[in-house]
Amino acid sequence: MTQSIGVSMKRKEDPRFIRGRGRYLDDIKLPGMLYLALVHSPYPHARIKSIDKSKAMAVPGVKAVITGEDLDAAKLEWLPTFHGYDKQMVLAFGKTLYQYQEVAGVIATSREVAHDAVELVEVEYEPLDPVVDPYQAKEDTIILRDDREPKTNHIYHWEVGDKTATATALDTSAVRIKERIISPRCHPAPLEPCGIVADMNKATGRLTLYMTSRAPHVHRTAFSLVTGIPEDKIHVISPDVGGGFGNKVPVYPGYVVATVASVIIGVPVKWVETRTENLTTTGFARDYHMDVEIGATKEGKVTALRVSTVADHGAFDAAADPRKYPAGMFGIVTGSYDFPAAFAEVDAYFTNKPPGGIAYRCSFRVTEASFAIERGMDLLARKLEMDPVELRRQNFIKKEQFPYSSPLGFTYDSGDYAATMRKALDIIGYEALRKEQAEKRKRGELMGIGISTFTETVGAGPGKQFDILGIKMFDSAEIRIHPTGSGIVRAGTRHQGQGHETTWAQIVGEELGLDPQELLVEEGDTDTAPYGLGTYASRSTPVAGGALALAARRIREKAKKIAAHLLEVAEDDVEWKDYKFGVKGIPDKSVTMKEVAFAAYTNPPPDTEPGLETSYYYDPPNLTFPYGTYIAVVDVDADTGAVKVRRFLAVDDCGTVINPMIVEGQIHGGLAEGFAIAFMQEIKYDEDGNNLNTNFTEYLIPTALETPAWETDRTVTPSPHHPIGAKGVGESPNVGSPQAFVNAVMDALAPLGVTHIDMPLTREKVWRAIRNAS
Amino acid sequence: MKINVTVNGTRYDRDVEPRMLLAYFLREELGLTGTHVGCDSSSCGCCVVALDGDRAVKSCTMFAVQANGHEITTVEGLEEGGKLHPLQQAFWDQHGLQCGYCTPGMLMTAYVMLKHKPKPSEAEIREAISGNLCRCTGYQNIVKAVQQAANELTAEPAAAAVGS
Repeated sequence: MTQSIGVSMKRKEDPRFIRGRGRYLDDIKLPGMLYLALVHSPYPHARIKSIDKSKAMAVPGVKAVITGEDLDAAKLEWLPTFHGYDKQMVLAFGKTLYQYQEVAGVIATSREVAHDAVELVEVEYEPLDPVVDPYQAKEDTIILRDDREPKTNHIYHWEVGDKTATATALDTSAVRIKERIISPRCHPAPLEPCGIVADMNKATGRLTLYMTSRAPHVHRTAFSLVTGIPEDKIHVISPDVGGGFGNKVPVYPGYVVATVASVIIGVPVKWVETRTENLTTTGFARDYHMDVEIGATKEGKVTALRVSTVADHGAFDAAADPRKYPAGMFGIVTGSYDFPAAFAEVDAYFTNKPPGGIAYRCSFRVTEASFAIERGMDLLARKLEMDPVELRRQNFIKKEQFPYSSPLGFTYDSGDYAATMRKALDIIGYEALRKEQAEKRKRGELMGIGISTFTETVGAGPGKQFDILGIKMFDSAEIRIHPTGSGIVRAGTRHQGQGHETTWAQIVGEELGLDPQELLVEEGDTDTAPYGLGTYASRSTPVAGGALALAARRIREKAKKIAAHLLEVAEDDVEWKDYKFGVKGIPDKSVTMKEVAFAAYTNPPPDTEPGLETSYYYDPPNLTFPYGTYIAVVDVDADTGAVKVRRFLAVDDCGTVINPMIVEGQIHGGLAEGFAIAFMQEIKYDEDGNNLNTNFTEYLIPTALETPAWETDRTVTPSPHHPIGAKGVGESPNVGSPQAFVNAVMDALAPLGVTHIDMPLTREKVWRAIRNAS
Repeated sequence: MKINVTVNGTRYDRDVEPRMLLAYFLREELGLTGTHVGCDSSSCGCCVVALDGDRAVKSCTMFAVQANGHEITTVEGLEEGGKLHPLQQAFWDQHGLQCGYCTPGMLMTAYVMLKHKPKPSEAEIREAISGNLCRCTGYQNIVKAVQQAANELTAEPAAAAVGS
C-alpha cells in the first residue's frame, strides 16, 4: 500500500451518476404511494377567513385535504425552530405571513390529481398591509406575529466586542470610513428540489422518512420530539442528494404534512416541491444590512472596526444558526486583520417574507461578515489613496501571532496570510496588471483589479460552544474491517456532491494502509450510520474527518496487538511504518493490515476480542480557519455597464489536502456561486411583498457562457489541532469571492468616483452608476 | 392515447394521458429515472434526452404523445456492451460532476452536440451546454470532459490504441 491522502483519486460515487443510476428522492416509488401538493397564499399578509375543502375533496382520487386547523387539533401546527428561540407554523393558521406560504395540503393518488385539486381549495382571505422592509419593521407600526409576546417585530439584539473602546478608537482615528453594505437576499437553489417520501408502516409501527436531508439524525430527533413517536420507530434515509448549499438543512412544511398524512392514512406519501415552491418558500440566505465603520491612522494602520447590522429574518426566526449563536459566526468580521478594537451587533426583525437565514455555502453568517470587512478594507484603501494590497499587507495578522485571539472572541488556529497573498500576486502578475490599468485609464477604459484576502471560520464545532436542539455539534465515524481486509466506513455526515465516498475512504486508507477502493463509505441512513450532526457549514472534514482518522487510529491500536502476536514479538517492539507493521530494528519482518485483519477473525491473540471494528465520536477542540487570496480582473463597458471577468485567481489555504482534484472542483463550484451572487442572484420583493424571482427565468443562475474560467493554486498551512491538519474547503470560494468581483468593478469605476454598488452588480445597476457619475 | 416510442433501442407501446410529459413517461412509466427534473420552466436542462439521435430536447417541455413514432436515447442508453461511452468516461476522468443531478442532461446535450460538431472549440462547447445549469462544478471540468471525449471520438484508431 502507498499514500492515499494527497492523491487525486477519481471519485468512487461517479460510476452510478454517469450511468443515470443515482437514486434521488423523486426516484423513489413505493407501492400504493399517494402524492401531496400544497396550496399557497397569494398574499404576503392576510387573515384567513375560511377554507372550503369540499370541491377539492370531490375530485376522484383526492384522499384528504389538510389545513392548519387540522394540524392544530392534532397539536402539530407549530414546529420549534432549530435554535429554539421561535416556533414556526406548518400551515398558515389564522394569518398568512408571506406570499406563497403553505395554507393547505392535498393528498391524492397522483401528482397531477393533487395539483389539479389544489386549484379547487377555496380560501377566503382578508388582505392586511405587509411589512416588506426590515427598517419599516423596526418601527413596529404593523405587528406581524400575533402569537408572540412582547408585541414587536424585533426578534433579538446580539452583540460582541468592546463597544466603548471601539467607539473611542473610532472617534480618535485620523481616517474613517462608513458605508451601508448590503448582502442581499438570495437563494441556494440546488438543482434537485426538496422532497420527502413518508412511509408509515402500521404493521411494524415504524415510520420511514426518505428525505432530501443533510442532517438525517437531527431530523430524526426533531421528528420524534415534535410528534412524540419514539426515536427507535423513526428511520430517516437520505438518498442521493442533488446539491444542497444550505437549502436542505431545515425542516419544511411539506415534510411535516406528508408525514402527518402517511401516519393517518397508513400508506406512503410523497411530496416533491416545484422550483417555484423552492424559490418562494424554502430557506433563503443573507439579507444582512450592515453599517460598516473602520478607523485607521494616516499611515494605514487600522484602529477599530464597528459593524451594526439589521437582519431581515422573514416571518419566523428559522435561521439555521447554532443555539447560542443567533447571528452565527458573524464575529469573524475582523477577517484577516489585527484590529486593536472591534464591536459587532445584529438586530433581527420579522418581515412578511419567507423564513430562512440559512448558511448558503458558508459557515453561519461568515459570508456576510467576510463581504463586509473585505469591502470595507477596499473603501478604506480608496480613502487613504493606498493600494488595497499594501493596506492589507500592513494589517494582516502575522504568522507568528498564531494562535491568534481575535477581539471578537475567536482563536484562529493557523495561517500565513502574507505568504498566500504574495503567491497570488506573483501568479496573476499584479504589478503588470496595475501598469496596464494605468495606461487604460489614460485612454478612458474601465479596467479593475479586485482583491479579497478572506479568513473564514468553519467546522462547528466544539460542543462546549455549539449545539442544535441542545445536541452538541460533534460528529462520528464507524469502521468495520472485514476478514479479507476490505471494509465499510460509516459517518454521521451526508454528502450532496462533495465526494465523501472517496475522501472518507482516503482518510481511512491512509491511516490503515488499506486500499481506499476496497473501503465502502456509507452515509445518510439513521439505522446504520452513527449519530452525527450532518453536512453543512464546511463541517464534514473538520469534524467527521477528524472522527474518521481517530476511529482508524483506534483500529490500528488493536491491530498492533494482533500484529505483535503474528510477528511473535512484544507489542512495544512493533512499529507502524510504510503503511504496515514492522519490528523495530528488523527491516524485513512485517505484516500488512490485511494479514492482521484476517488474523483478527481467524487467529486473534488469546487475550484479545475477535473482530476489527470501532467507532469514534469527535468533539473538536476548536473551529478551523481556512483562508485565501482571490484576485479578479475585470473590464467594464462604459456604454452598456457590461462586466467581463477577464481572469479570476483563487489561491486557497485549507490546510492538508485530502484529494486535490476534489478540492479544486469544490473551489470551481464555489467560485461560480460567488460569481452568481455578485452579478445575478437576488430574491427581490416589490413594495407589496410580491416575490419577483419565482423561477429560473427570473432568478438567474449563471450558465457556462457567463461563468469565467477559473485559475487555482494553494498554500498548505495545516490546522494544528485537527487530527490530519485539514480545515475544510467547500465554502471558502463562495465566502471569499463575491467581494473580489465587487472590489474589481469598484476599482474599474474608481476614476468616475463610484465607491459602492450593492450586489448583484447587474448591467443595469453598473450602467446607472456610470451614468450618474459622469 | 396510444403511442409507440423506441427508447434506448427497445420499442414500447403504451396508452398515456395526453398531458403526460415525456420526462415523466420516461421516469414513471418506463422506470428510467436517470432523466431528472429540476425546474418547471425549461431552464435547467436536467431532463435533456436525444430525439432520433440528433436533437437534444428538454423532455419536460415535450409531451409523451409528441414522441410517438420517434426514437429516444436517455443517459441509460449511452453505455454499450458494458463499455462506458467516451463522454461518460471523460466526465469521470475530469471530475465533471459533483452531485450528479445535472449530469444526465449534460451528457445528452454533449452527445448530440458532438454528432453535429465533432471537434468543438471551448467557446462552442460552452455555447452548446448553455441550456444546462450546473450548481456544483463551475462548468470548467465539464468543458474539459467534453473536450476529452471529442478528442477520443475523433482520434484515428491507431492513435486511440496508443492512448488506451
